[in-house]
Amino acid sequence: MSAYFEFLLRMGDNTLILGHRVSEWCGHTPVIEEDIALANTALDLIGQTQMWLGLAAEVEGKGRTADDLAMLRDAWDFRNVLMVEKPNGDFGQTLMRQFLFDAFHLEMLKGLTTSSEPRVAEIAAKAVKEVLYHVERSGDTVIGLGDGTAESHERMQDALNLMWPYVGEMFASDDVDTEMLSTGIAPDLNQLRIAFDAHVGAVMADATLTIPDSTFAHKGGKSGFQHTEHLGHILTQMQWLQRAYPGASW
Amino acid sequence: MKNEWPLWEVFIRGQHGMSHRHVGSLHAADEESAIKNARDVYTRRNEGVSIWVVAARHIAASSPSEKGPLYEPSESKVYRHPTFFDIPDEVGAM
Repeated sequence: MSAYFEFLLRMGDNTLILGHRVSEWCGHTPVIEEDIALANTALDLIGQTQMWLGLAAEVEGKGRTADDLAMLRDAWDFRNVLMVEKPNGDFGQTLMRQFLFDAFHLEMLKGLTTSSEPRVAEIAAKAVKEVLYHVERSGDTVIGLGDGTAESHERMQDALNLMWPYVGEMFASDDVDTEMLSTGIAPDLNQLRIAFDAHVGAVMADATLTIPDSTFAHKGGKSGFQHTEHLGHILTQMQWLQRAYPGASW
Repeated sequence: MKNEWPLWEVFIRGQHGMSHRHVGSLHAADEESAIKNARDVYTRRNEGVSIWVVAARHIAASSPSEKGPLYEPSESKVYRHPTFFDIPDEVGAM
């Protein structure tokens, strides 16, 4: 597996799995306005997935399509970070996960707009506009609920404590990231982390939430070494139709 | 209901229109989230280039039961329409 292909899988699998997770709220959110907003976010992410996995399939050059990559791989072939697999939990947990991912995603996409690969830069330029809105909405909601009632504050602090150990993986550089940096395809994760910390720090301060004093980071998602038990459950639901009726289309 | 967010009226200016038109209403906690909700609920299909939201409680409305006194008197005053003037040819198309 080439590093470039693997990097594209990471981008596409992050948006695919998170898009699916967020879509699970459709019809279940506390208010209809949030329901539509979350569904819009999920659709944006799935749209980005089509572009990333479409390019990944071309780069791989084995005749596979974006659909093949999304619907016919098993858990160990996925390269998404562990955070996006985490169950939705309550609404606060979903929005906290969304904000932490959005804040990473925004910096990553901004960096990718100047990628040495024109196709990557073009996809990033389209996606970054969507993600600018995602992070504004999720950030405002984190602030609203964090600096809200005693109960909403407590739920948001619990969500932050739960999600924080999954932040480190997004910025942990490995051989793939090193090659992407040296070839100018992707930005320096250490630089992204600085911008991420400033952004997230400011939002959490407004939200009156305390970032846990720990750098412990679960890992194994972006390398595919060890996903959480949740990924398999997502795939059984997401891939069911193509597995039961191979080649089905409309 | 006590826990319900306030109601907002939403006005959208379309690609080709000069004025904002009322498109519907929604609930939101404050004006910023009302604009975001309006973006998500009412501009999904590229409907607009500008959004106004107004808290519904700030809209003063005429009462339907006063329709008679409010509007009927103008029904019999056709002379208020500017259709009784001869327009000189030099004016051209109006």
